[in-house]
Amino acid sequence: MNILISNTGGSPIYEQIAEQIKAMIISGQLAADAPLPSMRLLAKELRVSLITTKRAYEELEREGYIRTVTGKGSFVAGLSSEHIREEQLRQIEESLRAAVQRAKLSGISLQELQELLSLLFEEDSQ
Amino acid sequence: MNALEIKQLTKRFDKFTLDGISFALPMGAVMGLIGENGAGKSTTIKLLLGLLRPDAGQISILGMDPRKEELAVKRRLGVVSEATILPASYRVRDAGRVLSTAYPAWNDEQFYGYLHTFGIDPSKNCKDLSKGMRMKLSIACALCHDADLLILDEPTSGLDPIVRDEVLDILRDFMQDERHSILLSSHITSDLEKIADYITFLHAGKVRLSASILDIDASYGMLRCAPDMVQDFAPGAIYAMRRDQFGVEALVDPRRLPAGLTAEPASIDQIMLFLTRHAVQ
Repeated sequence: MNILISNTGGSPIYEQIAEQIKAMIISGQLAADAPLPSMRLLAKELRVSLITTKRAYEELEREGYIRTVTGKGSFVAGLSSEHIREEQLRQIEESLRAAVQRAKLSGISLQELQELLSLLFEEDSQ
Repeated sequence: MNALEIKQLTKRFDKFTLDGISFALPMGAVMGLIGENGAGKSTTIKLLLGLLRPDAGQISILGMDPRKEELAVKRRLGVVSEATILPASYRVRDAGRVLSTAYPAWNDEQFYGYLHTFGIDPSKNCKDLSKGMRMKLSIACALCHDADLLILDEPTSGLDPIVRDEVLDILRDFMQDERHSILLSSHITSDLEKIADYITFLHAGKVRLSASILDIDASYGMLRCAPDMVQDFAPGAIYAMRRDQFGVEALVDPRRLPAGLTAEPASIDQIMLFLTRHAVQ
């Protein structure tokens, strides 16, 4: 598994780590019950402080993506497809919200936006 | 449990007072001790090591009172500081031999393992080693008696960037054991940003800031703006600021900024500099 940290990326490093692991879980690259590297190993390899990787794992655990067993380590949680779909919807909503804001700023109508969306959707499925 | 806990520690000298400092280092974590020259870092470390007697306050190391259980504490401490400079006339292997008599838990195999990893010739005289090699040897000595807490005074100062990186790698390896903890003082805050979980900032004998780096990231940021903008800021939004001909540069609390303004991340250096030189009273 690859985790790539950017120090100029703007978002905090713990968020970058959590987002990338989340993406691997959603895409199926990390299967249910797969062991994750220990927080200490991850901190050492990424050359970040331990508290950063700890925070990343805490976020992932809070959102139900991983579970941590004391003394054994952290594992990918068995995610229901519903959970994954919900997460995808949440991200789509976020992207669309950004698009809507931009449209409003530049006076683009809902109709134009919908047409654009349909166009993009069909273009991609061809 | 805390690996290290200091409460209201006070030491008075003629011209300087370490003035009731308190902080705690949780077990399994790394704390960076920072501050300008004369801020009290070395005094703090000397008090921890029992090289100075405090006038007031409490110290707890690995759950023990170092004054009551001095030997037990020292056996579990690994120390690198000016006070632990290796005698120049010793050969490297003799330094190991002396330490092995001082520490019951001394591990010769580990010691020679480190010498091999660091490329230190055991038959060399300590005085013939380069500065970087001597530092690596000191750290090896501190690591080979099964210490749980390392106290390092300026372990990377005066070393080139490559050796500094190697030293940090050694410390990262040490931290793979969750019972291990490190307190290190350093001027090189960029090194601390790569390894420390907590930062304690001393200024003029007092603790100016002691917090996790995540809390520091969340509560400190840098903002550049026009001078008239800062007048409307919420109280407490600005910790420190500097005016120049073209605007204002401020150390701010990003959570208290007016909507629409975003602070940039503040480096430890910037926080230290602004709190020391430009603090808002």
